[in-house]
Amino acid sequence: MNLPILSLLVLLPFVGAVLAPIVGRGGRDQLVRQFALAVSLVTFGLSIYMWMHFDATSAEYQFVERHAWLPDFGISYHIGIDGISLLLVVLTTFLTPIALLCSWESVEKRVIAFSFFMLALEAAMIGVFVSLDLFLFYVFWDAMLIPMYFLIGIWGYERRIYAAVKFMLYTMAGSVLMLLAIIALAYYHQTVTGVVSFDLVDLYAINVPVQMQTWFFLAFAVAFAIKVPLFPFHTWLPDAHVEAPTAGSVILAGVMLKMGTYGLLRFAFPLFPQAAMAWAPVIGILATIGIVYGALVAMVQPDMKKLVAYSSVSHLGVVVLGLCALNVQGVQGAVYQMLAHGISTGGLFLIVGMLSDRRHTKLIAEYGGLKAVTPKLVAAFLLVTLASIAVPGMNGFVGEFLILLGAFRSPFISHPWLAVIAATGVILSAVYMLWMFQRVNYGPITNPKNRGLRDLSVREWIVIVPIIAMAIFMGVMPGVFLKPMEPAVRKVVQHIVGAAPSMNAGSAATPAQTGTR
Amino acid sequence: MQRSDFSAIVPVLIVTLSACAVMLAEAFRRKHEEMPLGWLGVIGLVGATASSILLWNSHLVGFGVVAADNFALFFNVMICAIGLLTIFLSMGTAERDQLPVGEYYTIMLFAIVGMMLMGSSKDLLVIFLALEIMSLGVYVLTGIKRTSEAGAEAAFKYFVLGAFSSAFFLYGIAFTYATTGTTKLDELGLKIASTAAEPNLLVILAMVFLLVGFAFKVAAVPFHMWTPDAYQGAPTLVTGFMSTGVKAAAFAAFVRVFLAAFEPLRMDWVPVLSAIAGLTMILGTVVGVAQTSVKRMLAYSSIAHAGYLLVGLVAANAAGKAAILFYLVSYAITNLGAFGILAALSSPDRPHDDIRDFAGLGQDRPWLAGLLTIFLLSLGGFPPTVGFVAKWYIFNAAVQEHMVALAVLGVLTSVVSVFFYLRIVVMMYMVDESAPGHRPVVPVMVFVGLLLAVAGVFYLGVLPGRLLSIAASSVASIF
Repeated sequence: MNLPILSLLVLLPFVGAVLAPIVGRGGRDQLVRQFALAVSLVTFGLSIYMWMHFDATSAEYQFVERHAWLPDFGISYHIGIDGISLLLVVLTTFLTPIALLCSWESVEKRVIAFSFFMLALEAAMIGVFVSLDLFLFYVFWDAMLIPMYFLIGIWGYERRIYAAVKFMLYTMAGSVLMLLAIIALAYYHQTVTGVVSFDLVDLYAINVPVQMQTWFFLAFAVAFAIKVPLFPFHTWLPDAHVEAPTAGSVILAGVMLKMGTYGLLRFAFPLFPQAAMAWAPVIGILATIGIVYGALVAMVQPDMKKLVAYSSVSHLGVVVLGLCALNVQGVQGAVYQMLAHGISTGGLFLIVGMLSDRRHTKLIAEYGGLKAVTPKLVAAFLLVTLASIAVPGMNGFVGEFLILLGAFRSPFISHPWLAVIAATGVILSAVYMLWMFQRVNYGPITNPKNRGLRDLSVREWIVIVPIIAMAIFMGVMPGVFLKPMEPAVRKVVQHIVGAAPSMNAGSAATPAQTGTR
Repeated sequence: MQRSDFSAIVPVLIVTLSACAVMLAEAFRRKHEEMPLGWLGVIGLVGATASSILLWNSHLVGFGVVAADNFALFFNVMICAIGLLTIFLSMGTAERDQLPVGEYYTIMLFAIVGMMLMGSSKDLLVIFLALEIMSLGVYVLTGIKRTSEAGAEAAFKYFVLGAFSSAFFLYGIAFTYATTGTTKLDELGLKIASTAAEPNLLVILAMVFLLVGFAFKVAAVPFHMWTPDAYQGAPTLVTGFMSTGVKAAAFAAFVRVFLAAFEPLRMDWVPVLSAIAGLTMILGTVVGVAQTSVKRMLAYSSIAHAGYLLVGLVAANAAGKAAILFYLVSYAITNLGAFGILAALSSPDRPHDDIRDFAGLGQDRPWLAGLLTIFLLSLGGFPPTVGFVAKWYIFNAAVQEHMVALAVLGVLTSVVSVFFYLRIVVMMYMVDESAPGHRPVVPVMVFVGLLLAVAGVFYLGVLPGRLLSIAASSVASIF
């Protein structure tokens, strides 16, 4: 196939973003909204088309495009996807139209700029997932911050400026050190092979000395850990989420956090396998702390958005734990959980956004007894909540189950008990989510302002139904998603663990062998 | 004297002639008569650019002291471009600010002559001459608005401190001559190399004096004191002009003197310059955070950028030298764009100096606010702007030389600097209109200049390959 489909996926939203000011000239807000939605829907369609032509049995990069960019520095425009990035790209294109649609009425001011930043953000996020050149990856990675910064800063709630600046500086501080590590790595490639290269495939092939790996790994891992966010780098997240507009929260939780875990899986772990294996136990412990800590803090939050934000810290901890298992089940579960969390947390933020559109407050105490007033909204809320707490048959269950199974068996998780502790986090998530659900929806209507709230509008149905449908679909038919990623996951795991045969020669069941489902 | 002697100085001659033309035109101008004085300057600068490009790869030397090697030509073109952009951005705004337009353009063109000579000189004395031509012009430009007290104060401070640093520079030349018997850079390099193992104390002293002189001109810590005052007091476009032109010219001579003539003593000056570079980056960004005047803030930003450039100078490998050139181009385009917008926005009742004056600009003037945002993001080093590529290139060079500490300091300070660039963005987009006073109409040519600048920012940000290789080949011509 000759169609440069990945470039189109990046370019389409970008061109849409550039055209938005022209389309909306003279205050034609409604037209800009429709235009942006149309662009994002076409992008989604294109990504589905790509999935249909994706060879799910291959672990190789597909739809690869490679053009010289700065040949003197070994930098090329090299993009391609494997099963892991395919799913994340589709997640991005799936959530963007929903995020645009959910802000149809709540974003009233500066609609042109809003559409511009949303589409630019989509382009940059897709760029991050498809880059196979570290320089190109960093360009998208850093460029992505700008639209998100504006989305939080302009359309956010009261403390939006503080949250936006904190988001920007915190994530930047992590990533600039990664930039230095990228440069150093490229020049290490030069000392080994004679040519400088920023190309991921080239860099996978070299074997960095263990001492150096540690430094490189830390520089990469901290950048990604901030993005995830892994405990104790999570402090920017609640601020950013609470202040961000609904669309911003959906994208932030749905896609951007996954970039941290994606980065660990795509760059930090396979580029520096020995360091990854050495640090996996430490990261696993941090992840477990994050799971329990996030859950406990979520439990006491009076603000729904903050609660969901801390639940993200907890859930992403589970994902990182799965990655640290460094076996096929754990990693596959982690990737699955990334998708599942994107859907279900996206859904939760949408529901919270709908409630706050109606009542202009996100405090749990302001609500109560909504079941009698807005039954349809409550039904949607319930389904999304169930998805989030990993009820069997919903999307969250598959990922968490695989992760816990993988973690329990992994020689890289310092102790099987870690998986047990992590499992309590899963139970806790049921506690805080259901408790919030109960306080908001059941009981008598204590606040008279809650009487007469309108139920879901048609537009809101269109927003929430795809989320719920996807949550159930992922729960019932996990194979659709597990199958395309499996070869890629297997390859990554073998690359990491295979790099140091000495480390797992003694263990009876190497992670690669236990990986059969 | 041969024809090639004159060929080598053609670019400088053209600018000199156009400066004289502007001066004469102004002298014969009747009161209230409109004259396209700026366009005379444009013609001269375009001519100088064209002749520089024609001289590319000719490796001529005029009169043994003025080189037309690729390095010099690169700076010729860069400085002419700075001049062109400044003139475009001044058309309409200079009149509105009630600057004496004839004198303004004349002096600016003469300063450009000095700057071009700075990049071309192969002799310390000619460098000094060029430095003075440039500096005198810039001192006058700083105080050209005679009704402005701040301008007079700034010009006076700049002049006194500048003269002080010139004296240092001259001492450096004198000591150099006393010990080596020459002021020609080529011979100097050989002489120093022959005694590099046991350097004469006077040579070291000479080097230190020259270093002080350069550090002053590029606004490196601890010789940066004049910068905030001069930048704030000068008319806005003059600030843009001197922050970019003077820095470029000074770095051109700095590179020539330290990486060619004093290269053998590298082990002696690298520790000193590393410390200066580190301090410059830290002070520029940390103090920049505390500013509420945008021009002052950009002054500290300029100091910080001098620090990044010095990192390239310290690294001094092929990548580092070329990185300096690329960074200067990047900084020139970006910073002139930013100052151009400040100048276009300033009106007597709302000078757009205080950061609060920018409140609501995103609503009021979406295009200008968008452009300023792009320039600020480029200053902060965000992709896909040229500022990112420039910073990457500098740190590339530093990492290659294993100067990890400087590189880490560099990237961390650039995160801090993002904080203050974003403050303006916050004001423009996230704070609603509050300050009184209206915003003036932007003249057409200013818009043209801004569009040129923003096109450069994105073109070089996405496709920097061509300029990178030109920079590399111009550096290769002198080392």
